Amino acid sequence: MQVTMTVNDVEVTREIEGRLLLVHFLRDVLGLTGTHWGCDTSNCGTCVVWLDGEPVKSCTVLAAMAGGHQVRTVEGLAKGAELDPIQQGFMQCHGLQCGFCTPGMMMTARALLDRNPDPSETEIREAISGQICRCTGYATIVRSVRWAAVAEAQAAAQVAETTESTEAGEIADAGQTAGAVA
Amino acid sequence: MQVPAPFEYERATSVDHAISLLERLGGTARLIAGGHSLLPMMKLRLANFDYLIDINDLHAELGYIETGPDEVRIGAMTRHRELLESAVLAAAFPIFADAERVIADPVVRNRGTLGGSLCQADPSEDLSAVCTTLDARCVIRGPGGAERVVSMEEFHVGPYETAVADGEILVEIRLPVRPGCGSAYAKVERRAGDWAVVSAGSAVWLDGGAIVDARVGLAAVGPNTTGIPEISAALRGQEPSESLFEQAGAIAARSCDPVTDQRGSADYKRHLAAELTRRTLRRAVERARS
Ligand SMILES: Cc1cc2nc3c(=O)[nH]c(=O)nc-3n(C[C@H](O)[C@H](O)[C@H](O)COP(=O)(O)OP(=O)(O)OC[C@H]3O[C@@H](n4cnc5c(N)ncnc54)[C@H](O)[C@@H]3O)c2cc1C
Ligand code: FES
Ligand code: FES
Repeated sequence: MQVTMTVNDVEVTREIEGRLLLVHFLRDVLGLTGTHWGCDTSNCGTCVVWLDGEPVKSCTVLAAMAGGHQVRTVEGLAKGAELDPIQQGFMQCHGLQCGFCTPGMMMTARALLDRNPDPSETEIREAISGQICRCTGYATIVRSVRWAAVAEAQAAAQVAETTESTEAGEIADAGQTAGAVA
Repeated sequence: MQVPAPFEYERATSVDHAISLLERLGGTARLIAGGHSLLPMMKLRLANFDYLIDINDLHAELGYIETGPDEVRIGAMTRHRELLESAVLAAAFPIFADAERVIADPVVRNRGTLGGSLCQADPSEDLSAVCTTLDARCVIRGPGGAERVVSMEEFHVGPYETAVADGEILVEIRLPVRPGCGSAYAKVERRAGDWAVVSAGSAVWLDGGAIVDARVGLAAVGPNTTGIPEISAALRGQEPSESLFEQAGAIAARSCDPVTDQRGSADYKRHLAAELTRRTLRRAVERARS
């Protein structure tokens, strides 16, 4: 069968089998290997991508089901050369060690901040509770997400103050301060 | 790599279209809603079908929570997250939010549906226990738009088996609204987001301080999620009290039929059935009073 979907703002059409899972479509057909694939049982969350803006476990979604829909993967997180504050947060606060869980964690974290720009530590832990990290003990992941939340709040405040468009440098500066706060 | 066996994929654009596809494709076709129960089973080859009919496009038609004076109606495609976040549902039946908070995890809850949960008919399924507790009616639609309405007892024929026949689809759940209602849910699990070792739901209806009616639904302690009429009979007409809750717990423990497995011994599960019944009744009464 033929499937057409939009992945990271690019429309793609491919001939696939009905039983192909979205995670394999992304990795093996499109070569977007940033989405990882771990447990195969919808438990570990390494395969989390967005389907129409919501995090889903792509090992438990058929590629065909994504037909006509919007998919976003970790490759689509940065805006060009500018890293998403979530990605910056994971760098600043050592939110990863081996990095295997990281793409899924970042996709869930980004969706969380879009809905709740100021999540508490408990809310962050709740949001990622369906995702397993074998390395970090979660503390640095939680810190990374808080860092991004503070950085974004400061960047937004700055924008409001100067009513100028935010530049990459400002986010980074705000982020540095945020890091010191967090 | 776990992948399902080959099948043909079809997509339904409306409830009637889904029914016509089911009619045309026959018993080898299966609906797929959130897919979070069906796909894991198909990956393990516990289930194989020639056709899967995707009903996710029916979310616009079947993804709703409507409250009326006599009943709350919930569309079968309403997702776990929508149930968790619905303020009107939380106001009418807080048991839903109690249960949703402990079903799977937030990412799984973005996909799984009420209809899928009930139709999966897993004996550990939390929403089935909730619907049993609230005496829900299930609306099943078949060819020609014919609808029938069945109780939860009739709906669950056996483990993984429901009253939905080939060519039919569950479209709606109806929850009767009666005054003085309080409800609550509690679950013991081995780790966050896991299936229940045992879970219990309670609903009470109070009038002038006395219990007019009460219902208890249990999950993971028998071949199906179970409502316990004997508890309702014992509580009706009584003033709520700790000793009454204890009595209800004792009935729950002896009425259920748990098995010893990796999650715990049958004795331990009976103990949990009693304790969770007590706790949820206590909480339901508190809520009915407030
Ligand atoms: C990691 C994980 C943890 C989980 N933990 C829990 C838990 O703690 N508690 C719990 O209760 N559940 C749990 N679940 C199950 C989850 O809630 C499922 O999403 C849900 O049970 C099924 O909903 P679905 O929409 O995904 O159904 P699907 O998998 O799409 O369908 C399930 C069955 O129902 C049928 N069906 C679906 N919709 C209809 C309809 N409208 N009419 C007729 N037939 C229909 C399908 O044909 C299929 O046979 C868990 C799932 C996962 C993956
Ligand atoms: S690979 Fe999808 S949840 Fe583990
Ligand atoms: S960083 Fe290794 S699994 Fe999370």
